[in-house]
Amino acid sequence: MPREDRSGSVAMPEDALLGMRDVTMRFGSRVVVDSLDLAVKPREKLAIIGPSGSGKTTILRLAMGLERPSAGWIRIDGQYLWHTERNGALIAAGERQARRARRAVGMVFQQFNLFPHMTALQNVTEPLIHVLALKRSEAHDRASDLLTRVGLATHFDHRPAQLSGGQQQRVAIARSLALRPKLMLFDEVTSALDPELVGEVLNVIRDLAHTTSMAMMIVTHEISFAADIADRVLMFDHGRIVEEGDPQVVLRQPQSPRTQQFLKAILER
Amino acid sequence: MTFQWDWGFALQTLPTLFRGLVFTLEATFFGSLLAFALGIVWALARLAEVPVVSQVIRLWVEFVRGTPLLIQLYFLFFIFPSYGVTLPALETGIIGLGIYYSSYASEVYRTGIEAVPRGQWEASLALGLPLRRVWGRIVLPQAMRFAIPVLGNYVISMFKESAILSTISVLELIGQANIIGAETARYVEPLTMAALIFLVISYPAARFVRLLEARAGAA
Repeated sequence: MPREDRSGSVAMPEDALLGMRDVTMRFGSRVVVDSLDLAVKPREKLAIIGPSGSGKTTILRLAMGLERPSAGWIRIDGQYLWHTERNGALIAAGERQARRARRAVGMVFQQFNLFPHMTALQNVTEPLIHVLALKRSEAHDRASDLLTRVGLATHFDHRPAQLSGGQQQRVAIARSLALRPKLMLFDEVTSALDPELVGEVLNVIRDLAHTTSMAMMIVTHEISFAADIADRVLMFDHGRIVEEGDPQVVLRQPQSPRTQQFLKAILER
Repeated sequence: MTFQWDWGFALQTLPTLFRGLVFTLEATFFGSLLAFALGIVWALARLAEVPVVSQVIRLWVEFVRGTPLLIQLYFLFFIFPSYGVTLPALETGIIGLGIYYSSYASEVYRTGIEAVPRGQWEASLALGLPLRRVWGRIVLPQAMRFAIPVLGNYVISMFKESAILSTISVLELIGQANIIGAETARYVEPLTMAALIFLVISYPAARFVRLLEARAGAA
């Protein structure tokens, strides 16, 4: 079904790695994301904060193509996620198109979602062999390098059940990283962890943020972590952006009463 | 007249009963293979949600589960031949057992597949794994870990229930025991020995399946 392109209404930066235009997500009658316009530049580190149920996780799931928006379009690295362009008009497309667009994006989940029947190493080599079609030896080398980098050099042959939550999450990070995405999504990656394991995972992400050119979108409740790595912070509530800008402003001197109230609640936790 | 258990006679029945046991094991083995294979076909066809096909398969599975195995065997063995479909008794029995148990196997597979957490699908999708790989490497292996012990229980149950094949003239364990009984007018010894043979095989098998269950639960 051909659909009208409304990209003329708001300017989308040409160089955006991720573009969302007028994206709405409804679950039944609940509007979880409401007419969102969002652009993420290459290399940009964007932190998204906001209360539970505000729709921030849904933004990541939309960017990953795990949800199909009820309205609007999403473009990643020059590819539309759920549309194709014909004669300047956007036409709804299916899973095949989404698969193409997803290639530029990686995602780390709150619940790790490692493959429980595979070792740490196999978790990382699996997509290298079956998605990138690397040779077994190349996949093995790349996976070992990455697992070593996230501090798991001695755990290659452990299964997820034999690893702590923090270690599992680091394997999951290595697994996503191995495919060299241009945009990595981190969805509350420390929320399921015991408090003493949070640091090791945040350190890995902090190191990535400072040493790689990958763009990142990070949904987190760790405010000082967000302040440390983000180029831009976005405060999200009720499906809308409440406030966005420099982390030093949004996180330290928020202008919106809603942001002030949210940060106060978090810091007094 | 009081009944006297005759050990000598009981032991004499064993060679004949063992000949029956071979048929019982054959029926169980090939019946299981057929049930496992058909079961996965039914399960995937239902999960694929192909219009019409999925509904037809659902009805078929319900039909097979909702009618007695005995009647299904009678149809295969006594009624189909009058329409020109004739198969030897053992083959008929294997097909009957296979189809009947495939309806249960399909539910086991389906439950196993549905028990794989959504996160596994989402991670696979995020990594861009091709659908064939997601099924083959991620979902089915995890579903099978759940399914194998349950299927094991069905194999044991099929092993015991294969006795019903004696009604369509397969000379498996019970069939042989019946013949000995008819020939000698002594039923107690052959039937008891047949029951003992069932027990000697099914009890360790059940223990083994219990072990598999414990392992699957621990993983």
